[in-house]
Amino acid sequence: MFRWIQQVFAVTVYSVRSVPQRFGSVAAAMFGVAGVVAVLVGVLSIAAGFRATMTAGSDEAAVIVVRSGATSELVSGLGRGDVNVVSETAGVLRDAEGELSSPELSLILNLPRRSTDNDSNVPMRGVEEEAFRVRDHLTIVQGRMFEWGRAEVIVGLGAADQFAGLDLGGTLEVAGQPWDVVGIFEADGGLEESEIWSDARLLQAVYRRGDSFQSVYAKLESPATFTSFRDELDGDPRVSVTVARRADFYAGQSTLVTGLVTGIGGLIAALMGLGAVFGALNTMYTSVSSRTREIATLRALGFGAGPVLLAVLAEAVLLAIVGGSAGAFVAWLAFDGYKAATMNLQSFSQVAFAFDVTPTLLVQGVMYATAIGFVGGFFPALRAARLPIATALRDV
Amino acid sequence: MRFLYLIWCNLKRKKIRTTLTLLSIVVAFLLYGYLAAIQQGLDMGVSVAGADRLVVRHKVSIIQTLPESYEARMERLEGVVDATPATYFGGVYQDPINFFAQTPVKPAEYLAMYPEFVVPPDQMRAWEETRTGAVVGRTIAERFEWSVGDRVPLQATIWPRQDGGRTWEFDIVGIYDSEDPAADLTQFFFRYDYFREVLPEGARGQVGWYVVRVSDPDRAVEVSNAIDAEFANSPAETRAETELAFVQGFAKQIGNIGAIMTAVLSAVFFTILLVAGNTMGQAVRERIQEIGVLKAIGFTHVQVLGMVLGESVLLGVIGGLAGLGIAVVAISGGDPTGGVFPIFFFPVRDIVIGLFLTVLLGLVAGMLPALQALRLSAVDALRRQ
Repeated sequence: MFRWIQQVFAVTVYSVRSVPQRFGSVAAAMFGVAGVVAVLVGVLSIAAGFRATMTAGSDEAAVIVVRSGATSELVSGLGRGDVNVVSETAGVLRDAEGELSSPELSLILNLPRRSTDNDSNVPMRGVEEEAFRVRDHLTIVQGRMFEWGRAEVIVGLGAADQFAGLDLGGTLEVAGQPWDVVGIFEADGGLEESEIWSDARLLQAVYRRGDSFQSVYAKLESPATFTSFRDELDGDPRVSVTVARRADFYAGQSTLVTGLVTGIGGLIAALMGLGAVFGALNTMYTSVSSRTREIATLRALGFGAGPVLLAVLAEAVLLAIVGGSAGAFVAWLAFDGYKAATMNLQSFSQVAFAFDVTPTLLVQGVMYATAIGFVGGFFPALRAARLPIATALRDV
Repeated sequence: MRFLYLIWCNLKRKKIRTTLTLLSIVVAFLLYGYLAAIQQGLDMGVSVAGADRLVVRHKVSIIQTLPESYEARMERLEGVVDATPATYFGGVYQDPINFFAQTPVKPAEYLAMYPEFVVPPDQMRAWEETRTGAVVGRTIAERFEWSVGDRVPLQATIWPRQDGGRTWEFDIVGIYDSEDPAADLTQFFFRYDYFREVLPEGARGQVGWYVVRVSDPDRAVEVSNAIDAEFANSPAETRAETELAFVQGFAKQIGNIGAIMTAVLSAVFFTILLVAGNTMGQAVRERIQEIGVLKAIGFTHVQVLGMVLGESVLLGVIGGLAGLGIAVVAISGGDPTGGVFPIFFFPVRDIVIGLFLTVLLGLVAGMLPALQALRLSAVDALRRQ
């Protein structure tokens, strides 16, 4: 057994040391595998980043209440009466200042994107004081908080980065009036960072909304109270609302974009993987056929067919892993943290997010490379192991 | 032509390598096909936007509604042939993942506005007779296996019924189709009068946007300005623009994600071609000696050049044709994202470009070794080991 392992090792080392002689074809195959992994990881990091933004900062006790059937806040509508019913429902967390239940207004502003000048649907949120207690992960990083009752806004980090006119100290047109940008806030990379926030009452007035809202964000006493909270509101004849955990509500809104990205990403990965397998096969067949005599000599010297097979396979897998790791590294360098904004088709508004090359994606990429190397090396290895020794030695 | 057999034999010499190279080319062109189709999907039908159609929406944002009285006011303006309302219904069929556009429209007016959508005359008559009738695109009908006579419930997300219910029921009375592959066949149209009637009183009389036909496409901008001026300083100011500008603006909201994906796909396409091209060149370089022999026995430079190029072009064209063929079949089977793109097809223009690319690939891959072979004298080639 030990002898056998020694043989595998000897042949593998010998093969790997001959790589520089076949540098061109080896490099082409490794380049192929690296490309596959880089693209796969890169594209999937878009979906990962988008999903991370949609679900950031929402713990299991965070809920959202919208009008019955509404799939996004924009299409919802709640009166002051509905809002009061929600905050009085059992299960909502209360502290010294009252219930952690925040009625909110959602609007869309048309603002040009910084990079292309194209008008984009930037979400604007009208809030009351409770909003900041429900979302304790929100912090002002530049400037200050807006003053209640004044035409001032604070802007999320992502929105400030992607859309024109959202600089600290700038002004923006809301319902025909200039409003001042007085602060930039951060929210753990969450969806709020794509938004512009201001005083709900003021927005109700300028948009002639009466005393109406679109959603209520609430914090429950514990994640476990969700079911009873939902059942109580569902059974309340005074209101007709849909209750959802915040994370679920946003996850439901991200299906189209993530489906788009992973659908295309999967297609690219599958086709590229196929291409890379062909490349690896080519390289390994060339590698085996250029060493026909050497392999036959080894066999004649007493090396077994098994070690030869394993050694060729090991070479292919090794090259693929090196290529794949390089590709994953390149993807991480190029894509991780890359800032972008896209329209979420389901909520009709822009979401600013950063590409996220997660460790899982890196591991998946390298595993994919290993699989490519294995398939690409297996058939050439089989051929090497089956080489008829006598004819091969006689071959020119 | 008489060298074709020789070229063929050369290709057959290393069967495995030839096959693998061929398969790589097939994959590359399959990818190319998807790239073209995804591009169409991301453009959201810019190519079919009518030059004589304007879209008029609320100035602040598309989610704000306009009064229905604007239709008559716009039709009085000079240069406007017709104006017809449309609204985003946003209903859910079974599951929110089944995303498609539903629009209440005035049947005859709306379809006159979009001559590319064809509804059989008897179905059109049935629609006029059925208040709850809906006409749907062929693609969406196939996707959900709907046929004429089916009753389809949609869950309202924006527009609850007068009675407080959320379920709107529609009877499918027709299926529209189009000769233009770029037309969006995923829409669901139903009658505006039915929509209006079922809504609660307070929600009636508001529409999402208007489609306006102008008499002269060259004056589209002028008419747009006239429309915006008509409603300036009113509670609902408008923003009128050509349908092309509107669709482009909407498509661009997808942002750099689309651009990144297409850039990546293009990079992949060219990488595969590069690798395949390299292998094809390699196959010729290995045979320098034989080329010397050919020259020694009297083959002219041009003949040798033609043979080497012929070999790589043949490989490129065979692989490319197979790849493009598979792409045409695969793409007509639907998009890889499960229905996110309303429009997904492989445009003829891109197929033609693809055909050129197959030849180009062969020429570029074979050119370098072919030139080497051309310059080589018979003696030098024979001396090479």
